[in-house]
Amino acid sequence: MSGFISSSIARKVAMALSALFLIFFLIIHLSVNLTSVFSESLFNELSHFMGTNPLVQFALQPVLIFGVVFHFVMGFVLELKNKKASTVKYAKNNGAANSSWSSRNMIYSGLVILAFIVLHFIDFWFPELNVKYIQGDMSGLLEGTQDFRYFEELQHKFVPVWRVIAYVVAFALLGVHLAHGFQSAFQSMGFNNKYTKTVKSLGNIYSIVIPLGFIIVAVFHHLNH
Amino acid sequence: MKLTLKIWRQSGANDKGALVDYQLDGVSPDMSFLEMMDMLNEQIINEGGEPVAFDHDCREGICGMCSMYINGEAHGPDRGVTTCQLHMRMFKDGETIYIEPFRAASFPVIKDLVVDRSAFDRIQHAGGYISVNTSGNTQDANATPISKIDADKAMDAATCIGCGACVATCKNSSAMLFVGAKVSQYALLPQGQVEAADRVLNMVKQMDEEGFGNCTNTGACEVECPKGISLENIARMNREFLKASI
Repeated sequence: MSGFISSSIARKVAMALSALFLIFFLIIHLSVNLTSVFSESLFNELSHFMGTNPLVQFALQPVLIFGVVFHFVMGFVLELKNKKASTVKYAKNNGAANSSWSSRNMIYSGLVILAFIVLHFIDFWFPELNVKYIQGDMSGLLEGTQDFRYFEELQHKFVPVWRVIAYVVAFALLGVHLAHGFQSAFQSMGFNNKYTKTVKSLGNIYSIVIPLGFIIVAVFHHLNH
Repeated sequence: MKLTLKIWRQSGANDKGALVDYQLDGVSPDMSFLEMMDMLNEQIINEGGEPVAFDHDCREGICGMCSMYINGEAHGPDRGVTTCQLHMRMFKDGETIYIEPFRAASFPVIKDLVVDRSAFDRIQHAGGYISVNTSGNTQDANATPISKIDADKAMDAATCIGCGACVATCKNSSAMLFVGAKVSQYALLPQGQVEAADRVLNMVKQMDEEGFGNCTNTGACEVECPKGISLENIARMNREFLKASI
């Protein structure tokens, strides 16, 4: 078993499993976000549920954080190992002849996404932790009102243009990352058969629809504040 | 055709090496790439120089010896061919052609364009075989029924000539297409079942010990492979490995 854990294939499978988990998470995240475009009250209700439900907060959230951290750390470990395996570079290398840009630059699209997650945590997650667990206000209400604060805070965040641009760029890079990552995760899990074409098509749709959904939410709240 | 050749010259494993420019005139578009290299070497010898060392053997695309990285691609710009089957008609008159050795930490340069690919041999020794008695009492081939689909897939995997183009072209220097083909070749056939678990575990272990990189599924190996070995073989190796481990 120790041989298994340290093997190149186990690393590949672990990378794929964490990727599939994050792919699933993005669907949930986008679903909640999209409600903010259609219904302020539904978004508030869902946000309050997600932010205060013990199962979500103390079971699912730690698993998610672990999944995110694991995916990034493993990505960097693999990149370093791969750099060691190819020490001398070619004077001329025509990578575009045989592979997609997105597949060759996962580390760079990943770095942009990592930078985005830091910004995203500073924007939303850290203030949430502060309000709920440091200040101890679990009510989810705007100060001095009986209204939930979530929708108001969301709209407020997307007032500055720079933040909207940063989010849009990060989501575009997320799309590039997913364009390779989605089908790659299946291949790594050993899934390559007559359904592979369908998986690739699904991956293409997913890598456009999900980032576009997030972009729509950011731009919508910038325009409608 | 008149060509400018930028060729990697390295006198030995410990030499630093560098690209050296050569001018070659009178190249026929009908020549194979290696015939062009022969012509260049004659010119270098006539000028009193040291000819360019490069690997070659059968020159008919089946032995897996030739191994050049030409204009940024393993075995050059053509598809489904080894360097020996690449022809000068793929290039233009007046073109500059970069000729480099296959690069990977596990494929150290021996001299000029010759690299040491014995890591592949050691991976094969670790499990790329079946232990059957072939001394006079061999079973009739038709006594073991094999589905046409499996037989074809095993045969496709078995066409791997172990040239190393997959490693050379991979940005991670991963050998998974090679090992995937060798594992699949036997995993698909009843004769390979007895040693299936040990085979995949030992071959993957040896592959990792040789220092090859991790596959990130760019698919470059499949495109550049002169035998068109499919990524399906890597997925099968992953399945075989998981099956054998868990």
